[in-house]
Amino acid sequence: MDPLAAIKVTFFQECEEQLAELESGLLVMQDGAHDDEMINALFRAVHSIKGGAGTFGLEALVRFAHVFETVLDEMRSGKLPVDGNVVAIMLRAADMLADHVRAARDDGTADEERSRAIAGELANLCGISADGPDEVVEEIEGLDFVPVAFAFDDTPPPAPEPEPEIAMPAAAAEPEGPPRETWTITFKPRAALYASGNETAFLLRELQRLGDMDVTVSAAALPLLQDLDPEEGYLVWTVSLVTAAEETAIREVFEFVDGDCDIEVKSARADASGALDVHALIAMATAAGAPAEAREPSPAPMPAAATAPEPDNSDLMEIIKFIDDAKAAVAAEEKGEIAPSLPAADMAAPAAKAAVGQSAAAAQGGAGGAPQAGQTIRVDLERVDRLIDLVGELVINQAMLAQRVAECGLARSSSVAIGLDDLEHLTREIQDSVMAIRAQPVKSVFQRMPRLVREVAAMVGKQVRLVTEGEGTEVDKTVIERLTDPITHMIRNAIDHGLEKTEDRVARGKPAEGTVRLAALHRSGRIVIEVSDDGAGINRERVKNSAISKGLIPANADLSDEEIDNLIFMPGFSTAATVSDISGRGVGMDVVKRSIQALGGRITIASEPGRGSTFTLSLPLTLAVLDGMVVSVCGQTLVAPLTGVVETLQPKASDVRSLGPNGTVIQIRETYLPLIDVGVQLGYRDTPLLPTSGVALLVEGEGGARAALLVDTIQGQRQVVIKSLEANYRKVPGIAGATILGDGRVALILDVDSVLSAKVTEPPRNQTLLAAAG
Amino acid sequence: MSKTVLTVDDSRTMRDMLMLALSDAGFRVVQAVDGVHGLEVLNGEPPDVIVTDINMPRLDGFGFIEAVRKDNRFRAVPILVLTTESDQAKKDRARQAGATGWIVKPFDATKLVAVIRRVAA
Amino acid sequence: MTDPSINQMADRSELISFRIGAQEFCVDIMSVREIRGWAPATPLPQSPGFIRGVINLRGAVLPIVDLAARLGLGFTEPTARHVIIVARIGNQVVGLLVDAVCDILTVTKDTLQPTPDVACEMTKAFVKGLLAIDGRMISLISLTDVLPDAELEAA
Repeated sequence: MDPLAAIKVTFFQECEEQLAELESGLLVMQDGAHDDEMINALFRAVHSIKGGAGTFGLEALVRFAHVFETVLDEMRSGKLPVDGNVVAIMLRAADMLADHVRAARDDGTADEERSRAIAGELANLCGISADGPDEVVEEIEGLDFVPVAFAFDDTPPPAPEPEPEIAMPAAAAEPEGPPRETWTITFKPRAALYASGNETAFLLRELQRLGDMDVTVSAAALPLLQDLDPEEGYLVWTVSLVTAAEETAIREVFEFVDGDCDIEVKSARADASGALDVHALIAMATAAGAPAEAREPSPAPMPAAATAPEPDNSDLMEIIKFIDDAKAAVAAEEKGEIAPSLPAADMAAPAAKAAVGQSAAAAQGGAGGAPQAGQTIRVDLERVDRLIDLVGELVINQAMLAQRVAECGLARSSSVAIGLDDLEHLTREIQDSVMAIRAQPVKSVFQRMPRLVREVAAMVGKQVRLVTEGEGTEVDKTVIERLTDPITHMIRNAIDHGLEKTEDRVARGKPAEGTVRLAALHRSGRIVIEVSDDGAGINRERVKNSAISKGLIPANADLSDEEIDNLIFMPGFSTAATVSDISGRGVGMDVVKRSIQALGGRITIASEPGRGSTFTLSLPLTLAVLDGMVVSVCGQTLVAPLTGVVETLQPKASDVRSLGPNGTVIQIRETYLPLIDVGVQLGYRDTPLLPTSGVALLVEGEGGARAALLVDTIQGQRQVVIKSLEANYRKVPGIAGATILGDGRVALILDVDSVLSAKVTEPPRNQTLLAAAG
Repeated sequence: MSKTVLTVDDSRTMRDMLMLALSDAGFRVVQAVDGVHGLEVLNGEPPDVIVTDINMPRLDGFGFIEAVRKDNRFRAVPILVLTTESDQAKKDRARQAGATGWIVKPFDATKLVAVIRRVAA
Repeated sequence: MTDPSINQMADRSELISFRIGAQEFCVDIMSVREIRGWAPATPLPQSPGFIRGVINLRGAVLPIVDLAARLGLGFTEPTARHVIIVARIGNQVVGLLVDAVCDILTVTKDTLQPTPDVACEMTKAFVKGLLAIDGRMISLISLTDVLPDAELEAA
């Protein structure tokens, strides 16, 4: 990628951060809290976006950001009050700004009509003209800044003509080619010029770039030494410049010192037509300028007129030398040495009288009120993943080593065994730390939701307040990335289906504004996301009738409240009488459920009529490791995810019953559950194991279905690193993935749900293979 | 020896742009993310020219320039203000604070380098 | 249909030849990552018979294809003398179980003869041409379709 393209990528990343900051700031403001620094931060966010956008020529973005920035500036200066209406418009503007950013990023265009409407609203807030956006385009085109476009290495002669791109609005077009003209520039610096870090020598150097130059200096205004203020400028410089440049270009040189010096630029108005005798002009100019200044003898021999065709730096060097001499003189004077006839310098003398006690550190202390943000670095995700892979290897290697050592029959107290224990500890710690690198707060997902709520609320005509909690809760990046869609859908659902219409709420004595709560928390090694609303709750009668009419359940089904609630997760279920634009896009809660399950998570619903519903997602903190129960089946080692295992038990003959031709159930307390022989299910064996000679894992699938899985033996529990089968092969039914055991062999991880839902009668397909491979 | 330019800007995009333009032009570049950081960096590595943004958290460009000018060692270091504000009031305020000149954003590399060479020794 | 393994075959290319039973085959050396001895694989449920299972290759899970079975030559009874050719096919890395590796051949494109029509469908699907070298017949194999087609298998 070329460097500029890389910077553009950075720019859009930075825009996202600034948009997030903008939105969260506006949301805090909406709740009535604000201070100057917050408004400043909002201003900076929009300002930065505009600045970067200008750099990349993103005009539509610049236009919009400019109006937004102007309004924020008004707010910053206290001219615009912070009230609910203003903040509401700004929130919409923030959304629009985000659209512009994304349109620019994706080479698309934002909704210009909406953009204009919102820009208009913004402009109305502070009475700026609708033409505002156009001014900024002129600004970015640089009309108000004339670049000094010359070759700046010292060797080539200055261009005799102004660069074509230099816009000079004031200049009248010359009918013929640009003639060289002689200018007399009289220049008297004041103390302020030096105080701002400007230098006479550099200004002269700049002038010299325009053409051929002849400089004289007059010390006529120089006071007696005892009256001399070393910070003040006393010298008057007269420059005779032969150049093809316009007056604007000459004045441009003094752009930064305008007001800090007296300056006069006069054309010698010589015969402007045709080729000029440059030497004659110089002579003329010198003659015209010098006597006027020569009331007193010139203090030092000034550089002679340099009118050679090649520019000559020697005069410049002499000027600099002169100034240096003068500096030395001032220094000498400060030491009390009298140098009577020496011309005083018009230089800012070092350390004369200014009170310079305040150090930079003090300034830092004064401004240090803002909290110091934690130091961060940005790392390519691939590098982190590589590290995680390597640490996974390390864990496996450590386990293999431990196993080998154990096989050697060394005592637990032997130094090798103790050393290995330490290694194991360290390895685990490294693994945890590396995993933590990938952990991120869910904030990035939560931050997208306020906008969604505003849009959906506006679309369905409901008043909605979003409350978020726990946005600092951390979870693995891959999990975060895959959380957005389910959360988006659940929030849409909560507003569209969960909350009642405003009039219904009022009629029931509820606040007109509905509340949707989005919360994240850690609970027993998992992250839990809750989406709740204070709406009407699930209308169970309607849900049940709808399910019956769609043939999802038999008409005479006797379902508990919980079972009815869970109907909404069934594929093809939708209760909305009309398919609304919001949540009825053919994507139902069944899709949400499946995507959550794909992440190794589960989703549950709790609903209370008249009080609202809560959807709870529970997800693993990372997709890279898993706590598993290691079991043996037919000589193969398998791992069952611990999250699905409710309990383990030794089946008793009296508890096991046959059901149908080849079905088996096991009685656990009061219920009969299917007993599934994992070996048969996976095709490792034809004949089921005698239940009493194996161990049963009582497992619960997503959606609450329970069954007992019969395995040969349980080896133990351990954390395993999940490896994908799909990377080099493909998805295998009944298998969620693979891991590598301490002996270096691959063990498969059971997909409990897929085992539960598979038909027990499906014929095994590769038992011959197993015999061969065993 | 190449000249050292200190750039102070809170925007990563802008810092990257400055880094690219200036290092291409042969300058040594040191960077800071806001005024406070700028003052810290300044003490470690005295620059030949300073380029600073105005709108920054913690310590803005005006405050930064004032603090730099108060330090005897840096009272003559050229300071260029980098800003999208082209209005005269902002320029005047920057100059009052002690700025040597300004660069109006968006800038191109040629413009930027030209202005720096213009004020640098 | 043109086959990339043929088109990409430069004027001169290097091939690795190996033996399955009495027949000799070869693949482009560019797709071969390494050659290792047989190690027991973990069998995969619900997989075609020619997939022997998966092994651990430095942390990656690698499927092992019994190339004999894949070519319709019957199942291999792997022993310690059998070898696995680790090959890259597209974005995936796969182990090919063969009897033994024979040779590295340098051939030119014009030495490749088309597969005669006598071959069965399964052979024709994988054998992209024949080479005659020192009186031996060596079949050039395309690895593109060695893994089972996910969609067909799922159907």
